[in-house]
Amino acid sequence: MAKVLMKGNEAIGAAAIKAGCKYFFGYPITPQNELPEYMSREMPKVGGVFLQAESEVSAINMVYGASGAGARVMTSSSSPGIALKQEGITYIAGAELPCVIVNIVRGGPGLGGIQPAQSDYNQVTRGGGNGDYKLLVYAPANLQEMVDLMQEAFDAADYYRNPVMMVGDGMIGQMMEPIEFKESKSRFELPLKDWVTTGTKEARKPNIINSLFLDPAELENHNIRLQAKYDAMKENEVKYEAYNLENAEIVIVAYGTTSRIVRNAIIDLKEQGINVGLIRPITLWPFPEKAFDLIPDSCKSVLSVEMSMGQMIDDIKIASNGRWPVHFYGRSGGMIPTPEGIIGKVKELVGGAK
Amino acid sequence: MAVVFQKTKGLTDKETHYCPGCTHGIIHRLVAEVLEELDVLGDTIGVAPVGCSVLAYDYFNCDMQEASHGRAPAVATGIKRVQPDKVVFTYQGDGDLASIGTAEIVHVAHRGEKITTIFVNNAIYGMTGGQMAPTTLIGQRATTAPLGRTVEHSGMPLRVSEMLATIDGAAFVERVSVDTPANIRKTKKAIKEAFQCQIDRKGFSIVEVLSTCPTNWGMTPIDALKWLADNLIPYYPIGNFRRPGEEK
Amino acid sequence: MLNERVICAGFGGQGVMLMGQLISYAGMIEGKEVSWLPSYGPEMRGGTANCSVMVSERPIGSPVITDDATVAIVMNLPSLDKFEQDIINEGKIIINSSLIEKKTSRADLKAYYVPANEIAVELGNPRVANMVMLGAFLELTKTVGTDSVMMALKKIFGESKAHLMAINEEAMKRGAASING
Repeated sequence: MAKVLMKGNEAIGAAAIKAGCKYFFGYPITPQNELPEYMSREMPKVGGVFLQAESEVSAINMVYGASGAGARVMTSSSSPGIALKQEGITYIAGAELPCVIVNIVRGGPGLGGIQPAQSDYNQVTRGGGNGDYKLLVYAPANLQEMVDLMQEAFDAADYYRNPVMMVGDGMIGQMMEPIEFKESKSRFELPLKDWVTTGTKEARKPNIINSLFLDPAELENHNIRLQAKYDAMKENEVKYEAYNLENAEIVIVAYGTTSRIVRNAIIDLKEQGINVGLIRPITLWPFPEKAFDLIPDSCKSVLSVEMSMGQMIDDIKIASNGRWPVHFYGRSGGMIPTPEGIIGKVKELVGGAK
Repeated sequence: MAVVFQKTKGLTDKETHYCPGCTHGIIHRLVAEVLEELDVLGDTIGVAPVGCSVLAYDYFNCDMQEASHGRAPAVATGIKRVQPDKVVFTYQGDGDLASIGTAEIVHVAHRGEKITTIFVNNAIYGMTGGQMAPTTLIGQRATTAPLGRTVEHSGMPLRVSEMLATIDGAAFVERVSVDTPANIRKTKKAIKEAFQCQIDRKGFSIVEVLSTCPTNWGMTPIDALKWLADNLIPYYPIGNFRRPGEEK
Repeated sequence: MLNERVICAGFGGQGVMLMGQLISYAGMIEGKEVSWLPSYGPEMRGGTANCSVMVSERPIGSPVITDDATVAIVMNLPSLDKFEQDIINEGKIIINSSLIEKKTSRADLKAYYVPANEIAVELGNPRVANMVMLGAFLELTKTVGTDSVMMALKKIFGESKAHLMAINEEAMKRGAASING
């Protein structure tokens, strides 16, 4: 299929519909508004349903109900709205319902700003809601990758019966880039949804969608079972890209749009004779810890570059496990890191290491 | 031997956890009987709330979802939009519906969502131990209003049915009571009409059921029923506020 | 190596978003790396609009232009005031002299003054002023070919606006001529 030039938020909608998403519940918030707007236009054309809820809280609970009724369903929002959805997300995780949640991240805390940011890293990887639960979190670096991952996101959600989050930022949501909608085959053998609440027809026992376990032993068993599921995700769902690691003096860890800027900085640095590698997590959870085993002996330090005040750096330190000093360079509030800024930080580290 | 009484198949055989004298059991049975009589039990999905009836999913013999506190109408909306031909109901208490879930109940009515809500109003938080609800009467004691509710501090009790009856999407709104056998029969009639309203796709339907909480009211079950009649009904008048074809 | 970073700015309704999209679209047709990013949020409500366009030989890092635009196309006075500081040393600025009486305050810039609205009115449709500016931009920078822009325009316009192709092409030619003339 030929390439098309499409706005990120609309491309997400198109990819979701292509992946079989039939239901979308949303609420307006910048910078993701084009996604619900697109869904309101396109869902009726495919026999699906778009509904603008009265709040993010209601939207995520509509997702809960729809998913429990067997639907392939999605919602989207941006940082403060995702904060509101956390209650629903932990219930969805607890009740083991599949769904896809899109987070087009903007600056915080509080009302923050509306420009691109990555300051929801902790919110999306630690679980903003209560309890021991995890989301499978994808953070594509460009629109093509976002589109390519959408089918996988829905399939993984169904396979694991777990919410999946797709994290972009204001740039991913707002920008136009060439995109090719490719045909993809699911790599999952999807189980039959025999647990859905669609009426018993008085032919079977009632199905119950629930996250309440009043008996502590029962709840512990539930948690142990959930943990086994998360362990399987850690084993099978980690995605990352390693770039220019060979002979790297410094290895930068960056994800999403930030990684694109880092990549250009790496090219410029190479021309200046400084070899820098990149580990780009594509899944933020599970974090690609194994990628750090690829870091060569030439590496003197690891640098986290983020559009936040430093959140992923904790995971980098865990993955580094004391093997390298870990440094940080970041911009926040909607300010975008520049190649010059990154190059300056790398030179400071290289100089310091000598 | 002739069968003189048979339990509705709309309820499971699970023993309920409700306190002695609690009227939830009566209301559960009425809902279940209506679902059976309308022959929709196998096509019904219920949504349980957070509150005393949190375990309702174990008692109704149909598919059930457990919602977070106050969000049952949103969950029901999600179900109904996916399964528009099924019967969907929420079963909520006054803390769940009239306090934390006001946005959800107002907007499910505002959209004219074709679901039915059974709203059990006993003017108190039961499960958490008798705290004040928006529906708690003036002067009524609660564990968070130890000297009794005052207007100065907490305002006047919220009349939910009257409020929802102002919303055009609410096709059927009726307040009933389960304090006497006659009122229980009227309650069942209202519940049946509400579900029929959903089946006929007229819009949102709700039945507010005035109910007791002997445990947290600190009364015997008999006294509680009398207190309901003497105190709740005067402030929360029973009757129909809206039905299809009757413009108010 | 081609690495053009273009700001298109003006009033809402002047077609600055479309202008930017056409450059990106044409770049995509030519197999170049492209991106287009609009301003969004409250600043859009004030009536001014702008977008950042990248056309490059190498993958695009940030689609955001901060202070490193190679070219700015400004359609109104607020846009000149706002964006002339965001252009690289000795970069280019194309100014709609029909609506902006002022000259650029930066001596290092290569400035071009195009009476876009007057030309558009002469052509019989004031709405093609953006295409006049685009024609000037293409002539100056050769970032993408005019043919590619026309192909892109055809895609965006579709059947319903096919009759407007000719005047848009003419507007671009006149814009190009204004640079040379």
